[in-house]
Amino acid sequence: MRVPNTAAPSPENRRAWPAGASTRVPYWVYQDAEIYAAEQQRIFTGPVWHYLCLEADVATAGDFRTTFVGGMPVVVARDTDGEIYSFENRCAHRGALLCLENEGKARDFQCVYHAWTYDLQGNLKGVAFKDGVNGKGGMPKSFCPEEHGPRKLRTTVLCGLVFGSLHDDVPPIEEYLGADILARLERVLCKPVKVIGRFTQALPNNWKLYVENVKDSYHASLLHLFFTTFRINRLNQRGGVIVSETGAHHVSWSAIDAGAAPARRDAAYSAQGIRAEKDAYRLADPSLLDGRDEFGDGITLQILSVFPGFVLQQIQNSIAVRQVLPKGVESTELNWTYLGFADDTPEMKTMRLKQSNLVGPAGYVSMEDGAVGGFVQRGIAQAADAQAVLEMGGDGIESQDSRATEASVRGFWNEYRALMGL
Amino acid sequence: MTDSGFPQRLAALNAEYARCIDDDRMEAWPEFFFERCLYKITTAENHRNGFEAGIIYADSKAMLKDRVSALREANVYERQRYRHIVGGPAIIAEERHVVRTESPFLVTRIMRDGRMDLFATGKYIDAVGEDADGALRFVERIVVCDSARFDTLVALPL
Ligand code: FES
Ligand SMILES: [Fe+2]
Repeated sequence: MRVPNTAAPSPENRRAWPAGASTRVPYWVYQDAEIYAAEQQRIFTGPVWHYLCLEADVATAGDFRTTFVGGMPVVVARDTDGEIYSFENRCAHRGALLCLENEGKARDFQCVYHAWTYDLQGNLKGVAFKDGVNGKGGMPKSFCPEEHGPRKLRTTVLCGLVFGSLHDDVPPIEEYLGADILARLERVLCKPVKVIGRFTQALPNNWKLYVENVKDSYHASLLHLFFTTFRINRLNQRGGVIVSETGAHHVSWSAIDAGAAPARRDAAYSAQGIRAEKDAYRLADPSLLDGRDEFGDGITLQILSVFPGFVLQQIQNSIAVRQVLPKGVESTELNWTYLGFADDTPEMKTMRLKQSNLVGPAGYVSMEDGAVGGFVQRGIAQAADAQAVLEMGGDGIESQDSRATEASVRGFWNEYRALMGL
Repeated sequence: MTDSGFPQRLAALNAEYARCIDDDRMEAWPEFFFERCLYKITTAENHRNGFEAGIIYADSKAMLKDRVSALREANVYERQRYRHIVGGPAIIAEERHVVRTESPFLVTRIMRDGRMDLFATGKYIDAVGEDADGALRFVERIVVCDSARFDTLVALPL
C-alpha cells in the first residue's frame, strides 16, 4: 500500500498566501499555470490601464498599430473623427486576426478569412455575400451586424501615451495614477516625443519577476556595477521611492547631491565589501556621461512604473518606454521604445544615441535585468512552497526617502493580491 | 582600393573579425576600427524607418574599448560564446577613401550549460578604408539584425 504523501500540500492549499505576510512571496506565484490563467482574467481584464502605444504611433486618421493586453491581441487605430480607438484583434465571425501588420495605414480592416470588414473603431460594417449568391445561401435576415464585433477597450491618451482598459469601472487615468505619479510622468513627457528606436527583449521568466525588478530600487547599485562606478546612481545620492496609495505604481529617483563629499559617498559601499565597488575603472571615452540636465532639476535617474506592465525610464538623457507582456508562465516580452523629443538639437540627439548604450538588451546598466529574472526562475525550480523575503525598509508600502528599500515591490504585491483575491 | 585582390582582403577582414570575437580575444576587437568610427547594433525595422538608436552604439574606438572594459569588469552575464558565420561580402560602392560593402551573418550562441541557439542573423553594412599601413579597417560597421527580438541579453558584440 502506498502511503499518501501528506507533506505535499494540495493545489488549493498551496495557493493560499502565507498568512499575513506582506514581506513574503511564495514562489508558486511565478510557476503555476492556473495562476497565470487567473491573472489574464483578474489582472489584465481587471480595473487597470494598459499602455498600448505612443500617440505619435497613430498620429493621423487611418494610422494603426497592433499590440497586446496580456495575451489578447489588440488593434489601436485613429479614426477620421480624430479619436484613438482600440479593440481586440479578433474577427467576430470565426476568430481570425483582423490585422496582420505591426503598424500601417488603413481605411478599414478586412478579415482575410471570409472578408468581413470593420471600421477603424472595430465596428462590423460588412459581411461578404450577406445576401447570398444568385439568391442562394447568405446570412439569415435576422443577423444583425451591430450585435457582433471584437471586444472594445476604453481608450485614453495621457502625455502622448495611449492606454486601454477592458474594465468598465477603472477610474480615469489621472486618478488611477494619483497626483504624485502623474507629476513625475508629466515631468519627463513634457513635450512631443520622437521615436529613435524599437527593440524587443525575450525574457526567460514570469512577467512579475521583471516588474519586481523594475520596482526594486535596492538592487540597482548592487547588481549594476556600471551605474555605481560612474556615479550615475548611488544609494547615498539624494533620492527616494514614491509609492502610490495602494502600491500599484511607483517612481524611483535619484539626483546628483552636490553637497556630499566623494569619500563619504564611497565609504558605505566599501564598508559592505560589495562587488559593485571598483574605483579604478574609468571610461576611455567619457563623452557618454556628458548628459545635460534637460529637465532642470538635477534628477539623473527616474524609473516610473504603472501597474501592471508599463515603465517610463529616464537615465540621464536616455528616455524610453517599456511594455511588459506576459507570453507564458516562464516567458515575457519586453518592448522598448527609445525616445527623443521632436525639438532635440543635433547635439542632444547625439547624446541620446550615445546614452542608448546604458539601456536595453545590451545596456551597461540594464543588461543584467534581462537575465536576473531567469536566474530566479531557474533557482526556484523545486521551491514552489518556499518564499522570497521582502523586508528591506520594513513591511510597509509608503514612500521613502531612501532607495535601500523594497517598499515598492511590496506595493506591487499589495495591489496584485487585492486583484487576484490571494 | 578595389583592385582584383580586394574581395579576398575583405573576406579575410571579416574572417579575422569573427575569429576575434568567437575566440574571446575581445581586447583586439576595437582594433578593427578607425579612431573615429561608427559601430552600431540595430534591427532591419529601425534601419528601414530611419530610427538611429542602437542597442550598442559607439562613435569612437575609445567607446568600443569601453564596451570591452564593461564586458570584462562591470557587466554580469552567464558565461557564453558566439560562433559567427559570415557570408561573402558584396561590394556596393566605392567612394574616395572608403568602400561600402555588405556581408550577411549568422551567429549561434553557446551557453555554459551547452544550450545552443541561433542567436542572430542579419547583415553588416560596412564602410571600409585603409589605414596608414594599408590595412583594412572599419570606418563604419552597422550590424542590422533581421529580427527585432533579442533573447535575454546581448552581452558580446556581434
Ligand atoms: S473569420 Fe473573419 S471573416 Fe471569417
Ligand atoms: Fe536593474
